[in-house]
Amino acid sequence: MNNVKLGIALIAAAVALAGCGEQKPPVKAEQTKIAPAAAGIEVRIGHVGPLTGGIAHLGKDNENGARLAVEEANAAGIKIDGKEVKFVFLAEDDQADPKTGTTVAQKLVDANVAGVVGHLNSGTSIPASPIYAQAGIPVISGSATNPKLTEQGFKSQFRVVGRDDQQGPAIASYLATTKKPKLVAVIDDATAYGEGIANEVEKTLKAVKVKVLPREKGTDKTTDWKAVLTKLRGRRPDAVFYGGMDATGGPLLKQGRELGIKAVFSFGDGACTDKMTELAGDAAEGMLCSQAGIPPQAADKKFLEAYKKRFNVDPILYAPFTYDAANLLIAAMQKANSADPKIYLPELQKIDFTGATGKIAFDDKGDRKDAEMTIFTIKGGKLGPIAIVKGGKTMTYEEFIKGGQ
Amino acid sequence: MDTFLQQLVNGLTAGSVYAVVALGYTMVYGIIQLINFAHGEVVMIGAMVAFTVINALAPAGLPPLAVVLIGTACAIPVCMLVGYAMERLAYRPLRGAPRLAPLITAIGVSILLQHLAMLVWSRNVLAFPQIIRSTSYALGGALITNVQIAIIAVCIALMSGLALLVYRTQLGTAMRATAQNPHVAGLMGVDVNRVIAATFVIGAALGAVAGVLFGTYYGLAQYTMGSILGLKAFSAAVLGGIGNIPGAMLGGVLLGVVEALGAGYIGDLSDLCAYDWIADFMGEQCADGGHFILFGSNYQDVFAFLVLIVVLVFRPSGLLGERVGDRA
Repeated sequence: MNNVKLGIALIAAAVALAGCGEQKPPVKAEQTKIAPAAAGIEVRIGHVGPLTGGIAHLGKDNENGARLAVEEANAAGIKIDGKEVKFVFLAEDDQADPKTGTTVAQKLVDANVAGVVGHLNSGTSIPASPIYAQAGIPVISGSATNPKLTEQGFKSQFRVVGRDDQQGPAIASYLATTKKPKLVAVIDDATAYGEGIANEVEKTLKAVKVKVLPREKGTDKTTDWKAVLTKLRGRRPDAVFYGGMDATGGPLLKQGRELGIKAVFSFGDGACTDKMTELAGDAAEGMLCSQAGIPPQAADKKFLEAYKKRFNVDPILYAPFTYDAANLLIAAMQKANSADPKIYLPELQKIDFTGATGKIAFDDKGDRKDAEMTIFTIKGGKLGPIAIVKGGKTMTYEEFIKGGQ
Repeated sequence: MDTFLQQLVNGLTAGSVYAVVALGYTMVYGIIQLINFAHGEVVMIGAMVAFTVINALAPAGLPPLAVVLIGTACAIPVCMLVGYAMERLAYRPLRGAPRLAPLITAIGVSILLQHLAMLVWSRNVLAFPQIIRSTSYALGGALITNVQIAIIAVCIALMSGLALLVYRTQLGTAMRATAQNPHVAGLMGVDVNRVIAATFVIGAALGAVAGVLFGTYYGLAQYTMGSILGLKAFSAAVLGGIGNIPGAMLGGVLLGVVEALGAGYIGDLSDLCAYDWIADFMGEQCADGGHFILFGSNYQDVFAFLVLIVVLVFRPSGLLGERVGDRA
């Protein structure tokens, strides 16, 4: 019995030592490296996104954005409190899995990071946020759009991308101003997401005096929309909005055109994918849909060039946002003249910053003020941006790109 | 009127697919009194196999119709094999067992096939390549597409073919004899095992065609598509009188039409504001052209099961009843 206990104790000690061994020596090595320059300090910045699994490419894209910002800050030789700072970038993999998300969040907290960029998914960001909040570590997501993330009341939670519930008003106001419909049919798939976005669209349309037909509903598994569409055809709407995913939206669009409905079809981000052309074929031509944020090609040119030079690829989706998120953390530390989360957090809350995705300021909840929404259309079988909606104002995509330069 | 006619066309198309699937249920029930709940999964596998073949051939530049036909030609033997294996491995060993055992086995086979399909074809919704361009033709005030015409035509052809097989061939006679009394049929020299296997295989072949029709009509396939389609077809078979072949055809078409009309009109019929005497009570809700709709078109799937319940309560033997002499 004693031997067993001793064995366990030895193993525990060995593990503890090994754990220390992994962490400490490199830190010392880093410090000795910087030491000749000045009495430098080391600041750790974490990043979390899925680096394995189905959306690993998006996770890597996010990580690259944040990594670029950290490397640029190191090259610039930033000084905080008179001391040169060496930023250390800790990239973690949450596998887009909520459970793993909380584990790596705890790991970063234990590693004493000063701030975190991430996570990529709303599903991993939400369960991880209390862990960061408890430790008082600021965390900025560049891609989580679920409203719930910033509705939990955590002061340290931010995001630089728009919210899902800002999308409905954006697509509705674009529809109302450019297509000028008199009568709009709104359909949803009876899920929280679909109903939510459809309600926002209906509210926005009614506010600008566009008539809306009584709501039609399907389910998130509906493949036969003909009964609903036939009924709508009799009412002759000028436009149709569907709140739901591409798997049901594609058949809806296809069947609508087969029934000879000429109205403009519009969708939220759930059906704003290339899958729509696969599912609806030629019928997808000319459809409208919205996504939170701006397409990466619309980001600051300097960022795009630097990214391409460093990683040899173009950013895929949210890299400009994670780049800004990391830069925001660094800028707030500079302003507060401290890398202590408690001291620089207030600076982050009232920051006024211009990044690769435009001007950034946060509201009380930690959401980005006047976040951009992008309107897409399908032309020649390809999904492409046509307009940016920001603070209720619409500008064409070309204008936005020009204005940004 | 246009709207009504269009709903009728929609209902007929969906209904003829239900009818072909319902045949698979009714044939098996007629012959061994087993509700083969895995039949919906056979339909799904038919659609999936056709998807794979059509997807592979689509870029080859063959005429679209030929590609779909090759896809169907590949799906049919695969489904026949699945149907045969199902009968041989899962149901035959239980032939003498109490009725509940094969029924539960059928549910098990259904789950097994569904998850095998998930492993092979993933969980995603698979988009059928849109190789057949749908063209709409005016029919009165309604529009009917070439695909819809093809579906209705194929279904009529399949149903008449099956009727010929059952009533005019030796195999058909053997099937009807087995349905009436397997023991006596066996004594008369009918190979009962072979006949039952043939019934499964024919039903599965019909299911394969139905799967391809469904896939090309809606443009998608998914590993879960068989369950709801199967349940609706089962309801159609019960509506017509399970075990009765003309009944399954009638039940399928009727169910499709009931579903389309129901989903198309329930919203208006259940709009409380449309009735003046209720609208007075509703007050603000109905003011200014408002609506208060109790049941929306998302209740579409409910109609199939509503019909099932009504039939079971008022006419358990179905519309045409199960005439023992004719079942097969």
